[in-house]
Amino acid sequence: MEHYLVAMGVTAGIYAMMALGMNVIWGKAGLINLGLVGLFAVGAYTSGLLTLRFGWPIPLGLAAGTLVASLVGVAVAMITVRLRGDYLAIVTLSFAETMRIVMSNELWIANGTDGLSGIPGPFRQALGPHLFNLQFLGIVTAVTVVLFFLVERLVNSPFGRVLRGIRDDEQVVQVAGKNVVMFKIKAFAFGTAALGLAGGLYGHFTSFIAPDLFAPLLTLYVKLSLLAGGLGNSIGAVVGAVLVVFFLESTRFIIPLVPGISHVQGAALRELLIAGALLVVLRFYARGLVPESIPQPPLPAAPPDAAVAIERVR
Amino acid sequence: MEVLQLIVNGLMAGTILAVPAIGLTAIFAVLRFTNFALASHMTIGAFAGYVANVTFGLPAVASLGFAFLIAGLIGVLSDEIVLKAFRRAGFITTAIGSIALTIALENLVRFIFGNQLRGYNLPIQRDWVISGIRISPQQVENFVVAVIVMAALFAFLAFTRTGKSMRAVADNPMLAAIKGINANAVARIVSFVAMGLAGLGGMLIGLDTTIDPLIGFKTILQIFAAAVVGGLGSIPGAVVGALVVGVGEELSLLVLTPAYRTAVGFIAILLVLTFRPRGILGQRAY
Repeated sequence: MEHYLVAMGVTAGIYAMMALGMNVIWGKAGLINLGLVGLFAVGAYTSGLLTLRFGWPIPLGLAAGTLVASLVGVAVAMITVRLRGDYLAIVTLSFAETMRIVMSNELWIANGTDGLSGIPGPFRQALGPHLFNLQFLGIVTAVTVVLFFLVERLVNSPFGRVLRGIRDDEQVVQVAGKNVVMFKIKAFAFGTAALGLAGGLYGHFTSFIAPDLFAPLLTLYVKLSLLAGGLGNSIGAVVGAVLVVFFLESTRFIIPLVPGISHVQGAALRELLIAGALLVVLRFYARGLVPESIPQPPLPAAPPDAAVAIERVR
Repeated sequence: MEVLQLIVNGLMAGTILAVPAIGLTAIFAVLRFTNFALASHMTIGAFAGYVANVTFGLPAVASLGFAFLIAGLIGVLSDEIVLKAFRRAGFITTAIGSIALTIALENLVRFIFGNQLRGYNLPIQRDWVISGIRISPQQVENFVVAVIVMAALFAFLAFTRTGKSMRAVADNPMLAAIKGINANAVARIVSFVAMGLAGLGGMLIGLDTTIDPLIGFKTILQIFAAAVVGGLGSIPGAVVGALVVGVGEELSLLVLTPAYRTAVGFIAILLVLTFRPRGILGQRAY
């Protein structure tokens, strides 16, 4: 049981990292990324292949995975950033699917659908499975905390304010003389880097990755994490990830209790529940269960009658 | 000769692909969002046709009508119950909502029918060989059905009052509203026709191969490619785009292994968006 909880914690941490990255792209800059699972896969495969086939040390592999995912994110953003948001949606989703097709079919890159096994984990042999998981929980927690503070710093900086401005009214930001395209690309670069890092860590934790793991459902999990916690809210992203993992894992126990359904039906019911949950949250809490709080700038001191006038305008 | 055979195959496949691509682009033109739930409606159509064809023993052509009807009705319901509210909240919410919807509906089909591959009940026919080009009668039948459906759709848009009001809303929703066109009614008709076409397309693709709940999601990439290459929002564009993608995929077999055929669609999307974002016949991209 303890073993299981630790593994759950690691998964929650990895989802939290993705949710934090998506918080910058979606929550702050208002950009869409429906193919985040593709970038997660890029990170996982890059780091997995470099450490397994070329003997790179794990931290270097992770760094490479993060960098490559970010570069791919930038390329995707550059092609579509001047177009309507729908195009970004189409291209990101198509990217994730293409990535899956290529990885499934190309045996020489990573064994196709059989996947890549035996990806090294830090001190896996020396620690044994139990201690290894505990250690990994520590690593994931530390990385999540660092990422959390990075995101917080980023979104509270002038850069973050511009992103929020782009999300709320692009034209106003443009009129203010900001290079909107550049800001969007940078937001995408940062967010996709977080996705790549999460992917890399995932591979080193489970030691096995295969194209099937990078199904579009994972994209929904992360969106659900972000919404459950509150869009545009970093603490919410982390709390949401924990809630979603708990929800996902609890469906694993509840569904076998439903009488008279087969294994496939159970799996279908589980996915149906998750998609349904996302639809409900999206419908009734589009800004998330805990909405973002936007700090109000203090009003300058004004004579009493002016203050009344300001109140009336508000 | 090999090239000619590939082009014929590509044109056949492209014509079938055009049917759901028209659905995607019509929704984009009128309701102004990309409806990713098209994938699950293709699956629903394919399975509705399966029930009509295998369970009730109807011939394939009659089952296609059934596929259209069921997918269209579910399209109206899902738009009315789920997606309509999202549209007011902005396109990101709508896009994510339609992805969640497509996964929910796909799993509903999986819950009922399971994961195994199924085939339609079709008469076994020998391929025709016309001056060295091999064509199966089923391919020809699918091709003819797709052409008739598209001709009917173009006539509907060009000559009927409802069709004209759909084009009016697509062109200028505000002017259409001033002229007293009921946008809600138009939205319902578009959802019905577009998702009906998706369902029909799903079954047409299934007639060529086999069906399983993933049939829609597996094809969605090609449909995006067709719609984007032709110009998102342009119905003639979707047809042209589908033919380009269909022929392009087949011709890619000359240089690539078959595994990469689906990736051709993605490459086409990237090329078009880089050099001509409006697509071949579209107008709106920015």
